[in-house]
Amino acid sequence: MSAAHDVHGHGHGQGHGHDEGHGSLRDYVWGFALSVILTAVPFWLVMSGAIADKGTTALVITGFAAVQIVVHMIFFLHMNARAEGGWNLLALLFTVVLVVIVLSGSLWVMYHLNHNMMPQGTMQGMEQAP
Amino acid sequence: MSQSVLPPALTGRYYDLHEHDHPEGGSTMLGFWIYLMSDCLIFAMLFAAFGVLGGNLAAGPGPKDLFDLPLVALNTSMLLFSSITYGFAMLAMQRGQKGQTQLWLLITGLFGAAFLGIELYEFSHLIHEGATPQRSAFLSSFFTLVGTHGLHVTFGLVWLTVLMVQVGQRGLIAANKRRLMCLSLFWHFLDVVWIGVFTFVYLMGMLR
Repeated sequence: MSAAHDVHGHGHGQGHGHDEGHGSLRDYVWGFALSVILTAVPFWLVMSGAIADKGTTALVITGFAAVQIVVHMIFFLHMNARAEGGWNLLALLFTVVLVVIVLSGSLWVMYHLNHNMMPQGTMQGMEQAP
Repeated sequence: MSQSVLPPALTGRYYDLHEHDHPEGGSTMLGFWIYLMSDCLIFAMLFAAFGVLGGNLAAGPGPKDLFDLPLVALNTSMLLFSSITYGFAMLAMQRGQKGQTQLWLLITGLFGAAFLGIELYEFSHLIHEGATPQRSAFLSSFFTLVGTHGLHVTFGLVWLTVLMVQVGQRGLIAANKRRLMCLSLFWHFLDVVWIGVFTFVYLMGMLR
């Protein structure tokens, strides 16, 4: 059995860690139950308008999305610090850093650009145009 | 001259090299993970584009006029169901049950196809209403982001079908198990991206 694992495994001969890499039925059921809740609540919040303030609702559903992404990573993608000797996690963290820079950077720069360029410039320009 | 001296060492090295070849696909999972991370960056850029352009309606229809949240919720549940059924396929694969693995793969494929069908229906509905990608920057970035995700699901379905045939022909051999594990990562990764889509595109769009 362990020989079979070595052949199809990750080439490190870690039969035990390899088994854990697949996840168990309990993992999948827990992950599914949690993601159903974490999906249903944001939809309900937005569709029912339970929280009057839209900014607060946006913050809350962002929080739910972040938690659900972590749940999927752990229960479905079986992320842990041991998989592939930690390189999986390291690659993921590097990607998260890049994603945060790309997203926050783009939104921040473009928001300020719009903020600084739009109001006076266009309105006055349009009024003066014949 | 040198050949007459070296043979013992050469044969030794030859077997050594062969031994290194032994764990076939030993680095596949890490390599595939790094591919997924690069895919993640593609989606990050599309999300950034949508975040920047999502408010530019060009006096055209906005999210509130276009999006149908119950339909999106149905779509989301299809993808979520396909995630857990793929998990069941992996568990069947672990137990070495070929028929069960194929059955769960088939169910996963049906859920995936349902997701795609609903998405295409939504797209055709939008285009029918005149909300085409050319209408505004919001719609361009919307169709690019959601369409790219849909294309990924499409290719995932093609891959899934191919693997069902492969498992049918060759059984649950090591190579097929490795392929199924790669597709597992791919499929669950698409579900993760969809979390971002339904939260930031659809739900936030309705709040805007």
